[in-house]
Amino acid sequence: MDHELKNEAASIQSRRWFLRNCGVGMAGLALNSLLARDTATSSPANPLASRSPHFVPKAKRVIYIFQAGAPSHLDLFDHKQELIKRDGELPPAELLEGYRAAFINPKSALLGTKFDFNRHGQSGIEISELLPNIAKHVDDLCFIKSMQTDAVNHAPAQIMLSTGHSQFGRPSIGAWTLYGLGNESEDLPGYVVLSSAKGTSGGASNYGCGFLPTVYNGVPFRGKGDPILYLSNPKGYDAQTQRSSLDALKQLNQHTMASISDPETASRVQAYETAYRLQTSAPELMDLGSESQATLDAYAIKDPKESNFARNCLLARRLVERDVRFVQLFHEAWDQHDSLDTDLPKNCKYTDQPVAALLQDLKDRDLLKDTLVVWGGEFGRTPMAQGDNGRDHHNRAFTMWLAGGGVKGGHVHGATDDFGFNVTENPVHVHDLNATLLHLLGFDHERLTYRFQGRDFRLTDVHGHVVNDIIA
Amino acid sequence: MSRYAFITAAFLTPTLLLANDPSVDYSRDILPILSDNCFECHGPDEETREADLRLDIAEHAYADRDGAIAIVPGDPDASDLVFLTQSDVEDEQMPPPKSKKILSETEKKLLEQWIEQGGEYESHWAFSRPQKDTPPTTAKHPIDAFIRQRLKEAGLKSSSSASAHTLIRRIHLDLIGLPPSPQEIEAFVKAYRSNAQSSIGTLIDELMTRPAFGEKWARQWLDIARYADTNGFEKDKPREQWIYRDWVIKALNADMPYDQFLTEQIAGDLIPNRTQDQLVASGFMRNGMVNEEGAIIPEQFRLEGIFDRMDCFGKATIGLTLQCAQCHSHKFDPISHDEYFGLFSFFNDTSEAKSWVYSDEQTQSIESTSSQIETLEQEIKTQRPNWQSEIAEWEMEQQTDATEWTTWDTDLQEWEGGLNHPEELADHSILILGHPSPGGVAKIEGETQINMATGMRFEALLHKDLPFSGPGRSYWGTFAISEWEVSRKWPNETEWTLVELRSATADFDFKPRKLHTYFQTNKEEDERRVGPARFLIDGDNKTAWSPDRGPILRHAPSSASVAFKEPLALPQGSQLQVRFTKRHGGSNGGLDNQQMGRFRLALTDGANPLVPAYDHAATMALSKPKSDRSSSDNAALFRAWRQSQEGLKELNTKIAAFEASFPEAKTSVLHTAETDPKFKRETRLLDRGSWDSPKHAVERHVPAILNPLPNDNPTRLDLAHWATHEDAPLTARVQVNRIWQALFGQGLVTTPEDFGTRAPMPDHLDLLDWLAVDLMETGWSQKRLIKTILSSDTYQQSSNLRADLTEKDPRNVLLARGPRFRAEAEVVRDVALAASGLLNSEIGGPSVFPPVPESMLKDNFQPVKYWDVATDEQRYRRSLYIFRKRAMPDPVLASFDAPNADASCVRRILSNTPLSALTSLNEPIFVEAAQGMGLRILEEGGKDDVSRINYGYLLATGRPASKADTKVLLDLLEEQRHRLSEGWINTREIAFIDPDNPPELPPETTPRDVASWVIASRVLLNLDETLNKN
Repeated sequence: MDHELKNEAASIQSRRWFLRNCGVGMAGLALNSLLARDTATSSPANPLASRSPHFVPKAKRVIYIFQAGAPSHLDLFDHKQELIKRDGELPPAELLEGYRAAFINPKSALLGTKFDFNRHGQSGIEISELLPNIAKHVDDLCFIKSMQTDAVNHAPAQIMLSTGHSQFGRPSIGAWTLYGLGNESEDLPGYVVLSSAKGTSGGASNYGCGFLPTVYNGVPFRGKGDPILYLSNPKGYDAQTQRSSLDALKQLNQHTMASISDPETASRVQAYETAYRLQTSAPELMDLGSESQATLDAYAIKDPKESNFARNCLLARRLVERDVRFVQLFHEAWDQHDSLDTDLPKNCKYTDQPVAALLQDLKDRDLLKDTLVVWGGEFGRTPMAQGDNGRDHHNRAFTMWLAGGGVKGGHVHGATDDFGFNVTENPVHVHDLNATLLHLLGFDHERLTYRFQGRDFRLTDVHGHVVNDIIA
Repeated sequence: MSRYAFITAAFLTPTLLLANDPSVDYSRDILPILSDNCFECHGPDEETREADLRLDIAEHAYADRDGAIAIVPGDPDASDLVFLTQSDVEDEQMPPPKSKKILSETEKKLLEQWIEQGGEYESHWAFSRPQKDTPPTTAKHPIDAFIRQRLKEAGLKSSSSASAHTLIRRIHLDLIGLPPSPQEIEAFVKAYRSNAQSSIGTLIDELMTRPAFGEKWARQWLDIARYADTNGFEKDKPREQWIYRDWVIKALNADMPYDQFLTEQIAGDLIPNRTQDQLVASGFMRNGMVNEEGAIIPEQFRLEGIFDRMDCFGKATIGLTLQCAQCHSHKFDPISHDEYFGLFSFFNDTSEAKSWVYSDEQTQSIESTSSQIETLEQEIKTQRPNWQSEIAEWEMEQQTDATEWTTWDTDLQEWEGGLNHPEELADHSILILGHPSPGGVAKIEGETQINMATGMRFEALLHKDLPFSGPGRSYWGTFAISEWEVSRKWPNETEWTLVELRSATADFDFKPRKLHTYFQTNKEEDERRVGPARFLIDGDNKTAWSPDRGPILRHAPSSASVAFKEPLALPQGSQLQVRFTKRHGGSNGGLDNQQMGRFRLALTDGANPLVPAYDHAATMALSKPKSDRSSSDNAALFRAWRQSQEGLKELNTKIAAFEASFPEAKTSVLHTAETDPKFKRETRLLDRGSWDSPKHAVERHVPAILNPLPNDNPTRLDLAHWATHEDAPLTARVQVNRIWQALFGQGLVTTPEDFGTRAPMPDHLDLLDWLAVDLMETGWSQKRLIKTILSSDTYQQSSNLRADLTEKDPRNVLLARGPRFRAEAEVVRDVALAASGLLNSEIGGPSVFPPVPESMLKDNFQPVKYWDVATDEQRYRRSLYIFRKRAMPDPVLASFDAPNADASCVRRILSNTPLSALTSLNEPIFVEAAQGMGLRILEEGGKDDVSRINYGYLLATGRPASKADTKVLLDLLEEQRHRLSEGWINTREIAFIDPDNPPELPPETTPRDVASWVIASRVLLNLDETLNKN
């Protein structure tokens, strides 16, 4: 109790920033569940104060590359000779028992991949020819070939992967992370979202805070216009008028502070000061002018001003360098119900080099060791063809990969049957993945809880086992 | 003070710090410990129960179980609970280490002390009816009496009254969500000085009569009702549901009693002789999300929709977290899995209905047209006095000529490509829900039940899950079919062979006309047409048959038939395939689909495979025995008969002209409706809450812990009466608590979404209960309740944080000072609009599209083509009317913590972030508000800077500027005037919303004056005091 009060008093004094001191007012009480139990160092008045997790983390930050739309595991990672051999045949009847596909009649011809796979690195892991640059890093990658999820439609499955539940309304993994760790960055939000291609099926709820306080929302940095909404001063104003205006505002608010003594007023003064700093720091972050041509080339960035996936990869590195905890890239482009032979190579070409460059860049800067990179989509694709050149949704088996942040490199976890249809070894449900991600961040997923509606909610609901086999 | 109580305080509320009571209280001290740490395995959920031991029920806890007793009242040493919780041995320790629940030493001691005191259980307070205790005598006003009693116990004193300036603004923001004008402030301050209490009473009464009252209080309810203007999920299509919002505003303004307010929303559709308004009220239940993603199974998401309604119902009415019992029995509260589905079944057997909503004028016009039609029909009856026998005769002719159709029981119903999964119903009709496909092919296959066919019939049928009951799924509930193909496959054949079609007929068609612009993709070049039945088989995808009889009449069954060129032999095992090609939808993401809804196919071997040229409703009536016919059946027959009579041509033409004058409805509403008895739904318990794991059937019933349901075959309406019954322990408390929360920033129960055993024990339960009973006793008047609270000294106290309170009650739980917190998102924005003078105070109507950055609009899965940003006065409507798009939460409101309606929300958690600072500094509407305010200050604020600054302060914060404030702003103005005159910053861009069309300026003012005042106004609009309720 005393401690809480001291912190509250301290927040009035504090000059350090970013979102750290933003108050949640009286409703901050809601934070009791985490704060009172798990860490003695925080006050509900400072929901974003940097906090220690339950144990020493292997990963301090996350770059989560959400390949929305669901990339085909069968054409990229899970090479199935038998499927290729039986291309055009109907799948074995026993395989389809009790199976319902989203679009297609499951009794559709098998479709072997048309792409070559090659072994790479010391680990000799197989990967599709479509990802030649990522392939160079296989010895740093940890493939989970036995991913499973509950939902088979895009929006629910994306929400499942993002929030651990296929119904809307729960906090995203980035929000949980921020809730658990607070924000480490001085001038930037702790959870930043970057999008390319079109909007995702799951929409803003993919990076929402659900029932957690809004301060844990992912903040989209936008490629066009203001990177952060309403960052620019109104037309006609210059920096000096803005500064003078904020100085006047600060003085006037200090008068209020003196007469009313509400610590929230002090928080507000600081929020405006940070907003002002953000007006410099965010454009600085987005401005790739300080990056060398070699770096731009490595990421395949042709026009540093053009917003696209490649630029987002480089921005991700710049964000984690600036202590942003959780960076999430969304690229909604992988729903190849048809045109598998053209659209999949196109997507791969578009994303392969930037991702590889990001891995290399993190390595070069010694950031990969404690930055966890996650790559994957909301489910996999059917080994059966949709039309003659596409694949339907498939939730029973798919592949994701992780890198850095305390996971084994050059490692394959789990396996599927001859068709990449069912998991045959070490199934990893989305809950298990999320439990593992939290574990790498230093959390016991069963103890990172938030009391809402009388229940201690978790990212992993009532499920989830840490996949110890993939941890280095 | 007890050492224990002191330490627990950190876990509960700070109040306990101040409590003087040394004894352990079950509800306050023990239940939270048991609930948090023990009930998961020793609580209500039988599935996870360990050792068959329950600790939530006294008899179980006291029971001797082979010599082991969990709790021996008065004897901690003999109680296993004490022994095991204090044990250091891992294997026997409780809670077991693997549960990761760790009891603190304090908690262990509290348990021990409680048992020592007798280990008495009390029922959870929230499950018993509230009692109205006589308030303590510490004050006249009951609220003050309860509050002061507790303050006295804590050794604290109330604060003095807030200033008149603070009070008028506080009351304005709380009652109408808008700040007082400087003139209103002046008048009130004067009145307050002569008689404080009466001036406040007058102010409250006056504000409560303003329509803005309903707008302000509707916002809170719309959060609970998870109101939004789109469907959510991937498609996130816009919906028209604003009439429900209008209903809420109207109901609150009329001070509809809260029990009625709830009843109409839970079951307005079932109220006998219900009005259109009551149907609209039941839109409450339908505000949840609707998934229309391609390839979904509609039943899965229908069930998820019911889960959402349960969650909303629980939060809105009884304040219990029903969601917890969705997958298994509740772990902490006594609600079993079966009881969850008992409640669920009240909501499950409903249709996803949508109805037109007419304005009063339209309703009058429909009534007068209908009565004119009735007069004309009466005239027919007068002209043809033997009309009844004539109809009987006509019927005979029809029966003789009628083609006999055999319903085709098909084997496969699919949408090519799988975007939809059509469903076969019990009567072999086929229903298409889910993805609103604007184009595609429905394919139906199966063996036939007759061995020769000359033609096939298509019946478009009504269904309550379709918009306006259909028969189609377009915006108007209609449909269009571009082509109808039939193929056959005889036994031993492997390929389908097209069956040649000779002709097509329909019960209703019209002359060819251009496709309605609503469905056109390229307005210039779209050559598509709709028209008669022959369009079905003309081999041209640009033409379609679409039976649209116009407003009101179009929601009727329809039929069409095709005649085969040659009679088709169908030897045993023959199969037919039908393909309905649909190419008459638009390209607006399904909004403009012309999808079929429910239909049925039939075959005939008759010589004339035609459908009669009168309404299919008459054909359907004819097929029924006379005794089974309804009045609408008879009306359909009368209509068909009169239309067939050459002699009635003139009258028929007149009637047709009247029918054509029926108006298109002004809007529509999604609402609940009982299912058609034919399609009645049985509720089964869903294992783990999983839609595809139904177990045993569950009858409608309510949790046993709550008040009983009075009758046997309860309807949803009975459930509403149950929830609002005076014996209901929670409904009044829950709403009183929410109103308290809206006014004080936090509820008396701080978890408004949960009044269960895990909710923190309220510090002022006596007050909560007093207010709850008072609400019920006085006819559930919310306005009266709000006035009661606003009239208390407690509410009217100064909110300044006193030094002693910073220490003793920083969160203001004991209410030794008035409420102060940042206003809700909508109020923040409305305050700016009101101060600027731009606010458009029009009430109700469709949502308004605010400007949003292009980058945001682009970040939608489905292109948003309908975002027509308001540029006229609509732009400055109150924030309540901002279009709420679920997948793209409004950037302004979201940055000030408005929820995005994914689920029912009963409490917003306020934040204070740099992102919201940027919003109120730079977002276009806020910037325009500063521009409006700058000009307004020059127009209204007097002649000199000092009086203008004062005026600006009154507009923004409701109080005059202090000398120090004035000095700061004078400096700012002076500096900025220099910068403006020296051209450092752009005068016109800063000064005017539209620099090319500046408004007329007040005399003797220049654009530069405006610009400097706009800069100052922007500062004023961002003051802490402006953003806060003080």
